[in-house]
Amino acid sequence: MENVVIAGSGPAGLTAAIYTARARLAPLVIEGHAPGGQLIVSQEVENFPGFSEPISGMDLMDRLKKQAENFGTRFKMETIKNVRKTGDAFEVNINSEMIKTKTLIIATGAEARRLLIPTEAKFYGKGISGCATCDGSFFSDKEVLVVGGGNTAMEDALFLTRFASKVTIVHRREYLRASPIEVERVKKNIKIKWAIPYVLEEITGDKLVTGAILKNCQTGKRHEIKCHGIFVAIGHEPQTQVFKDLVNIDENGFIKIEKGSTRTSTPGLFACGDVCDPVYKQAVVAAGHGCMAALDAEQYIERMN
Amino acid sequence: MLDTNLRHLESKEDITEVLENNKNVLISCGRMGPMCIPVYLIMEELENEYKHVAFRDMDFDIPASDFIKKLPECSSFMGLPFNVYFKEGKVVTATSSIQSKNQITEILDREFAE
Repeated sequence: MENVVIAGSGPAGLTAAIYTARARLAPLVIEGHAPGGQLIVSQEVENFPGFSEPISGMDLMDRLKKQAENFGTRFKMETIKNVRKTGDAFEVNINSEMIKTKTLIIATGAEARRLLIPTEAKFYGKGISGCATCDGSFFSDKEVLVVGGGNTAMEDALFLTRFASKVTIVHRREYLRASPIEVERVKKNIKIKWAIPYVLEEITGDKLVTGAILKNCQTGKRHEIKCHGIFVAIGHEPQTQVFKDLVNIDENGFIKIEKGSTRTSTPGLFACGDVCDPVYKQAVVAAGHGCMAALDAEQYIERMN
Repeated sequence: MLDTNLRHLESKEDITEVLENNKNVLISCGRMGPMCIPVYLIMEELENEYKHVAFRDMDFDIPASDFIKKLPECSSFMGLPFNVYFKEGKVVTATSSIQSKNQITEILDREFAE
């Protein structure tokens, strides 16, 4: 039986792995369908302590993974299908096998939200994208929209100016969640325009995206804007689906944990990072939270023994 | 090279080999991004179920990927990954960007029915 299985391989999961591996608990990380988590698509991470120069999200996550591996962490690139508690243990079902473990740390993070416009799915790969760094180069000299008001939207907009002739940020509120330094950079870029407070109501086009209908949130007035690409950066949903029967979840879908710890409503089951953080949503916070989960799991195993 | 459990295509020779020796082939050409990774994982899952199909991936940023990029079926694609389905060496269907398991199996069942 495993001591610790960690679901998720973002900053929370990998920090939990480093700590539990150093505690000689030989953790097993189930990487999930986005190894490295949300950070892997960040071009430059400037606010992770210890890096005086910006580092790409991919490099940062590589380093965290290597650090965890150095202490004996094992990895499986699989997703968890379901989990059930049997006595004091958990049975974690992945595609290839059933894994029994004394403790389970949920660090599955959050996944990008979709626009939920009926035609959205039809236009994926035909103008709509959720990844500016992956698909930006397809929009050379074209006009694109970025929907969202957080750091990801600002980073996407800046990145897309390398290719696109014009980038318009569409955001529903006057208030931007993005940090002032990101907003400042965007404001300085002459290729970037603003559509605030607007929501994207429709996507137009036949086979490919050719435009969008935007609605002014204050006046209700609608107008069409020409564009060939729409990049969606409207936040994330916590990934809790397979754990729903085992933990208490709040009204926004985040796993509820005991104040000052990472304990969930099920003994032996711990949660850390964005899956239980509706407020901060930062890599460094997730990493700290991963450390807490590791220490909580370690203590739980000691008591079990 | 992509960090997946699929077999990778890294050269023109690899592509020729897989197309010549397999009747049904699905090649996913992309990067390690949020739109591509879910597709690779679905393919890994389907490998056991669809034993009559050869599942391969390919890094979008290597020279050999020109083979996929230059296919007429992919000329209007604007999102990774490019998934190209080959039957007896010829393209039968191609899709762009993220796909659900249902979307992929629907094509596999339609194009590669045993």
